[in-house]
Amino acid sequence: MLKINNITKTFNPGTVNEVRALQGVSVEIEEGGFVCVLGTNGSGKSTALNAVAGAFIVDEGTIKLDGVDITRWSEHKRAKYIGRVFQNPFSGTAPNMSIQENLALAMKRGKTRGIGWGLPKSLVGDFKRLVKPLNMGLEERLESPMGKLSGGQRQALTLLMSTILKPKLLLLDEHTAALDPKTASKVIDLTQQVIAKDRLTTLMVTHSMQQAVNLGDRIIMMHLGKIAYDFRGEDKKRLKVKDLLTLFDELRRKDNIDPSVAALLEEYYI
Amino acid sequence: MSLLIGSITIGLILALLALGIFISFRIFDFPDITVEGSFTFGASAGAALIVAGVNPLVASLVSFLAGMAAGAITGVIHTRFRINPLLAGILVMTALYSINLHVMGKSNIPLLSETTVFTWIENLSNRVSGIDARTIIIGWEVATRDLWLLMFCFLAILMFCCILWWFFKTNIGTAMRATGDNDQMIRALGVNTKWMIIAGIALSNGFVALSGAMLAQYQGFADVQMGIGMMVWGLASVIIGESIINDRSVGMVIAGAVIGSVLFRLLVAIALRWGLNPNDLKIITAVFVFIALILPGLLKYRKRLTLKRGAHA
Ligand SMILES: Nc1ncnc2c1ncn2[C@@H]1O[C@H](COP(=O)(O)OP(=O)(O)OP(=O)(O)O)[C@@H](O)[C@H]1O
Ligand SMILES: [Mg+2]
Repeated sequence: MLKINNITKTFNPGTVNEVRALQGVSVEIEEGGFVCVLGTNGSGKSTALNAVAGAFIVDEGTIKLDGVDITRWSEHKRAKYIGRVFQNPFSGTAPNMSIQENLALAMKRGKTRGIGWGLPKSLVGDFKRLVKPLNMGLEERLESPMGKLSGGQRQALTLLMSTILKPKLLLLDEHTAALDPKTASKVIDLTQQVIAKDRLTTLMVTHSMQQAVNLGDRIIMMHLGKIAYDFRGEDKKRLKVKDLLTLFDELRRKDNIDPSVAALLEEYYI
Repeated sequence: MSLLIGSITIGLILALLALGIFISFRIFDFPDITVEGSFTFGASAGAALIVAGVNPLVASLVSFLAGMAAGAITGVIHTRFRINPLLAGILVMTALYSINLHVMGKSNIPLLSETTVFTWIENLSNRVSGIDARTIIIGWEVATRDLWLLMFCFLAILMFCCILWWFFKTNIGTAMRATGDNDQMIRALGVNTKWMIIAGIALSNGFVALSGAMLAQYQGFADVQMGIGMMVWGLASVIIGESIINDRSVGMVIAGAVIGSVLFRLLVAIALRWGLNPNDLKIITAVFVFIALILPGLLKYRKRLTLKRGAHA
């Protein structure tokens, strides 16, 4: 389904601000896979998702979606196959447009937009039906501007918008991180329902190990622009929050030691 | 009274300019100074074509397209070469100054003896109501011909407003509005935002150029200087309209821009009548727009102050 082969990305190459954000990431996700991505701050999780979404073109490596090489495709072209929810609840919706206009925009994801009416009356009924299960009372407020809604409501709608047309791949980048715990758990429930209903192939970045343990069928842990651990199948099912914490500590301890010294030590002791 | 009618007519013609500024400034949040060049570009192209014997409607249409081309260039400079909006506009505006001189061949083209769109309306008025007919409205006597011109401009503007409103409600128009509102979001929904900006700024300058072409025909000449200060003028119109019509829906903002343009022109006419030095017009417009831009912030600040005082008391 998604096949990432040895991608690298360096920001500001050749300057003092050079950051090697991705240093050869390879991963393959099968159809219907639900992968949680963990990792320390700055380990390259967002960069990896952005590389897949096409926010920038990777320096090296290839990205294939459903057998098609999309490495050099522009962001808007990839959007036809990829649904996204961002960390910032303000990023996924247009604040000065109504809820129904936002939904209508999402109904046209990746399609040509001509001079047909942007918000056909026939769609409004569908929108009401789609929004009702969110249990936020939004079905009565379809005409109010998006900017008047809370972060949680906007994030729930962004989730709905990114999946209103079934995407081949769903990218979630810490989409509950900016929400209060109660709203976050509600959005997580919705996420689970949506993914289960359409059997969506999903990459979800999260900082919550509890979420990673509870959700999905695979955990990838990133560190310093690489994939440090990859648990799937039975391994993933056995994994507890405690185990993940231990792994994090291990990575941190390695970090404090000079890489060359670490390699030497490893040779001696392992 | 006839001064009043004339001011409203010019206000309606300049409403096209205000609609253009509404597109660039309000939809895209793009401070597009290209308009100062494209306004003249529309006037000069239209005037040159009319003098060459081209049908004035065709000449006006060509002006519209010429303005679109100028706006498209600004859009390309900004999106493809990543030059900031103001500088991109300044580059095109400066280049247009030379182009306008070439188009006209001199700095001024008189149109008084040419057949323009407005000559047609005058002829029509003469045929229907008789030459030099007068009409009495609310006790004032005015030339019937001037009323015909006013009606024509009103209907033309009404038509353009309807087209624009319809356009911004279509799929592509909605995507354009979303581009100005949240470009990251609409890119994630598969829209090429660069194209949207190029097309939007082109459309905006098309309206501006058409406004220039109509004004040249109405006042009977095109001048290479006539675009100076037009961006601030259009901005003033949009801002006045927004403060009168407190509704941010597309239709209302469009209507507001037109009303704002007419009101602003009327205000200026009255001020001039009362003895304002015409040389001071631009500085007063600039100060007015400055105040209008900072006013919302100031009001909020005062509200906070009074709230604080209330809390202390
Ligand atoms: N556009 C950019 N320009 C320069 N550096 C960048 C850019 N985007 C990311 N980086 C850098 O790349 C590294 C990886 O960043 P990234 O955002 O992918 O981390 P992350 O794993 O998502 O972290 P977090 O958990 O804090 O979200 C960081 O050092 C970051 O500063
Ligand atoms: Mg991140």
